[in-house]
Amino acid sequence: MTATRRDELTRPIVAWLAASLLMVVLLHARQQPLWVCGGFLALVLWRILHAWRGVPLPTRDHRMLWLLKHALAIGIFWVVYRRYGGVIGRDAGISLLVLLIGLKLLEMKSRREFVLIALLGFFLLVTAFFYSQSMPVALYALACVTALLGSLVAMAQPGRARSVGANLRLAGTLMLQAAPLMLIAFVLFPRPGSPLWSLPKDARRAISGLSEEMSPGELTRLTMSDAVAFRVAFSTNRPSAAEMYWRGPVLVKTDGRTWTPGDPSDRSAPAITAQGVRYSYSITLEPTNRPWIYALEHPSTVPRGTRLSRDLRVLSARPITDRIRYSAESYTQAWVAEADSEELRAALQLPPGAYPRTRALARQWRLEDRTDEGVVRRALQYFRNEPFVYTLSPAQIYGDPVDGFLFGARQGFCEHYASAFAVLMRAARVPARIVTGYQGGEYNPVGDYYIVRQRDAHAWVEVWLGHRGWVRVDPTAAVAPARVQRGIDQALPGLGATVGGTAADLAVDLAGWRELRYAYDALNNRWNHWVISYNARRQSAMFDDLGLSADWRALSLLLGAGLLLAGALLVAWSLRGRRAHGDAIARAYRRFCAKLARRGHPRAPYEGPMDYARRVSASLPAAAADITRITGLYARARYGQTSSAADAQALRSAVRRFAP
Amino acid sequence: MTILSSPNLLNDKTILDTVIATTGEVVVGKQHEIKLAFTCLLARGHLLIEDLPGVGKTTLAHVLARVLGLSFQRVQFTSDLLPADILGVSVYEKETGRFSFHPGPIFAQLVLADEVNRATPRTQSALLEAMEEHQVTVEGRTHTLPVPFFVVATQNPSHQIGTFPLPESQLDRFLMRIELGYPDVSAERTLLKGRDRREMVAEIEPILQPKALFEMQQRVSEIHVSDALIDYLQELLNHSRRAPGFLAGLSPRAGLSLRSAAQAWALLAGRSHVMPEDVQAVLPAVVGHRLRVRDLAHAAAPEDIAARLLREVAIP
Repeated sequence: MTATRRDELTRPIVAWLAASLLMVVLLHARQQPLWVCGGFLALVLWRILHAWRGVPLPTRDHRMLWLLKHALAIGIFWVVYRRYGGVIGRDAGISLLVLLIGLKLLEMKSRREFVLIALLGFFLLVTAFFYSQSMPVALYALACVTALLGSLVAMAQPGRARSVGANLRLAGTLMLQAAPLMLIAFVLFPRPGSPLWSLPKDARRAISGLSEEMSPGELTRLTMSDAVAFRVAFSTNRPSAAEMYWRGPVLVKTDGRTWTPGDPSDRSAPAITAQGVRYSYSITLEPTNRPWIYALEHPSTVPRGTRLSRDLRVLSARPITDRIRYSAESYTQAWVAEADSEELRAALQLPPGAYPRTRALARQWRLEDRTDEGVVRRALQYFRNEPFVYTLSPAQIYGDPVDGFLFGARQGFCEHYASAFAVLMRAARVPARIVTGYQGGEYNPVGDYYIVRQRDAHAWVEVWLGHRGWVRVDPTAAVAPARVQRGIDQALPGLGATVGGTAADLAVDLAGWRELRYAYDALNNRWNHWVISYNARRQSAMFDDLGLSADWRALSLLLGAGLLLAGALLVAWSLRGRRAHGDAIARAYRRFCAKLARRGHPRAPYEGPMDYARRVSASLPAAAADITRITGLYARARYGQTSSAADAQALRSAVRRFAP
Repeated sequence: MTILSSPNLLNDKTILDTVIATTGEVVVGKQHEIKLAFTCLLARGHLLIEDLPGVGKTTLAHVLARVLGLSFQRVQFTSDLLPADILGVSVYEKETGRFSFHPGPIFAQLVLADEVNRATPRTQSALLEAMEEHQVTVEGRTHTLPVPFFVVATQNPSHQIGTFPLPESQLDRFLMRIELGYPDVSAERTLLKGRDRREMVAEIEPILQPKALFEMQQRVSEIHVSDALIDYLQELLNHSRRAPGFLAGLSPRAGLSLRSAAQAWALLAGRSHVMPEDVQAVLPAVVGHRLRVRDLAHAAAPEDIAARLLREVAIP
C-alpha cells in the first residue's frame, strides 16, 4: 500500500538518519542508563534490518508486531516511571525521548515523518547541554548537527544518489551560511538576568567541592578529584606558590570531630590594615552551588554583588550555579586589628570533656610559655619534631579523633593537622579558627594563568595574637613544607597514580604532552569565558563599553537589524555568486531585459532571447529595430562560436543607449 | 536577426527550405512536424510517429525518402512477423553449393517500420538492435547497414487491442517521438480538394543526394554549442532528475539527443550556433517519450510534461 512512499525512504536515507541519531544518542550514553541506549540501538537495528533485509515493521499488516509496538510504548513509560519515579524531569525526560524516537523510527513511512524525526534529533541534541557545555561536547554537537543536516539533504534529493561527502559538504555549506546569523543571535539576543524557565530539579547535581563542614576525611576525598575549582589570571605580578592561599569557608565551631562555621554575623568587614604586596587578578570560578566565592588572602577589593564578611570571606547573595568570572584584589599580609569578645569567645570553644590528653599537653605549654607566640611556636615545633607523617591514607583513628591523631596514629592529611592545631591552641587559651580553601595551583604557561583543582583543597589555622590580629598558621607546612611550596603533587608524589591515574597523569613527564594539556586547558578557559559565561551581565557590560544601552528593547532592535543585515548580505552574496557565473554579456542583457520590464514587458525566466525579442517587438514596434539588433548581438556574444571583448563592448554600449 | 555565418550554411538552409516546402505540399498543414522529422534525420536519429491510422504517417515517411533520394523499404509489422523477415536470411543455393545471404527489408537507407507495436517483443528488439548498431548479424556474419540509415517507426496508440507497446528502454532508442494529429480545417480542405497523395509522392524528384545529406549531418555536429547553452541543458536535465514531479529523470543519452537535435534545428534555421529556442523547439519531441510524471492520476500528455519542464527551468 505504500509503494511510492517506500521509494521515498531509500536505504541511504534511512542509513543517514539512523547514523546521525546514533551519534546524538552516543552523546547521552554517559548519563543515560545502559538499557536506554541499548533499547535505542535495538530499535534502530530493527529499522535497518527492515531496509536491508525486509524484516517487517510493526504496521497494521503484522498484527503481532503491531501489538508489540504498543506494548513497547507502554513498557517504556512504565520502566522510566519505575526507574525515576516519574516521567518528568531531566533524566527521565531524556530517557523517554530517546526510546520514543527509536519507536518513531519504526513508524516512519513518509518524508514528513522523516523530517519530524530529524527535528526531534536536533532537540535531543540540545538536551545534552543540560549535562555539559564544554568545548568537546559543543564540537561533537556541531558534528551531530552536520550529520542531521546531511540526512535532511539526502532526503531532499532522493533521486540523486549523492556521495556521503557531497551531502556533508552541502550540510557544511549550509552551516557556514548560518554562522553569521548564529553569531548575531548569540551576541544580541536579549538575555534574561535569571532563567526564563527553571531547570528540572535534577538538573543541578551535587558538585564536588568544599563544603561548610570539615570532618576527618573530607578534604582527602576531594584530593581524588582532578576537577578544576577555578582558574586565576593575575594582572599584576604573581605571588609565589607558598603565598597562594585561596580563602574559603572559615570554621569556628566544633563538636570534637566536625567543624562548622560560626554564627552568622551581619556586621560588616573589620577594618583592615593592608600590608605587603598588592595582587590584582581575575578568577573564573566553576559552579559550586555555594553562596561564596574564593579570593587570595587577604582580599581587599571584592567584586560587585558580593560582600566581605567579618571573617574575611567573600560572600555572594546567591549560590554560584553557573560559571562566573570576577576580579578582586588582595594583599599578602593584612592586619585585622579588631575582634569583639564574642568572636574571640567563639574561637576558644571546645566541646566539654573531649581530648583530655591534648588539653593536658596544651596546658603544659601554657605553663611553660607565657606568650601566645611562644605557644604557637611550641606547637609547630611539636609537629616538626615528632614523627608525624603527611599522607592521604592515614590509619584509622578510633576513639577521640584529636587525641588519637596526636598521640597515636600521627598520620594525617591537612584537615587532621589543622583541627589538631586549632584544638591545641584553644586548649592553651589562644583563640583559633580553621580556614578552608585551596592552596597553590598549577601554572599554565600557554594561557598565563593558574589552574586550581579540587585536589588543591587545603585547611589551615588562624590564631588571634592580640596586637597582630588574626595570623595565619599552617601546621601542614611544618610537617610537609613541600605541600605549600611546591604543591600537592610534589608533596605526595604517588598522588597521580593513587587517584586511579589516567594515562595522562602517568605521562606528565612528556613535555610535549604537558604542553598540549596546557594549551587545551587554555582553550577551554577561553571557551568558558567567551561562550559559556556570556550572560546578561556580560552582555550589558559589553554594550556599556560600546557606549550603548543594553535594555531588551535596544537589544531586540539591534538583533532585528543585525539579522536583516545578515540576511541582506547573504542574498547579495548568493546573487554575486550567480553573477560570477555569467559575465559582462549576461549582465548587459539583464539590464536590457530590465529596461523592457519597466515598459511592462518582463521576460519570463524560461523565455529564450529570440522569442522574447519577437514578442516585445510586436508590442513595441518603435523599438523593434533596436531590440532585434541588441538581441542579435547578445545571441552571438553569448551563444556564438566567436565571442570577443568587442562584442561584449558593443552590446554594453547598445544596451546603455537603449531607451524603449 | 538570423545570423548566417558561412556560405555552406546558407546553402544548406536554402536546400532544406526547399525540401521542407516540397514535403509540405504533400503532407499539408504539418509544417512543424515535418521540420522535426528532418531535424531527427539530420541529427542521425530515428523517428517514432505515434498516432491513429490514416493521419499520414506512412505518407510522410515516403516523402522523406523521395525528397532525400534515399532507398526506401516499408515493413508492415504484424504479430507473426519474425526477426528474419526484417533482417534477411541465408539461403542454400544449389548452383554454387553455398549459403548466400538474402538481405531483408532493413537494408535500405530509409526503413518505414509500420505499426511497430503490432509485432512481438522479439521482432521489435531485432529492429531496435539494428537501429542502435547500424549493422545486422545473421548466422554469425555481420552485415553493415547502408549509410545514411534512418528508421521511421509508426505506432498506434497503445490502448488498441492486440499491441505490444514498446518498453521504455526501447523507446529511448528513438531520438524523437512525434504525433501528427488531425489536420486543421484549411489543411483538410486542401487535402480533400487535392490529388491522390500516392501519385504526388511518385512524382517527387529527389532534391538531395545521400552524399550531400551525409555531409549535412556532418555539419550538424559542428554547430557550435556554447558554455551558456550547456548550462541550460544541464539545468534542464538536473531539474528533471531533482524536481519531485518527475518519476525518473532524463538519462545522459537523452541529454546527448537533446543536444544533437537542437544542433540540427539550428542548422535548419541556418544558424551556426545553438540558441535556447532551438532546445525548446525540439525538447517536447525528444523528451516526451522519456519522461514520466509521478502523479499518474493526472497523467499528462507528453507535450504537457515537456512544456512543464521548459516552464520550470529558467534560462541561465
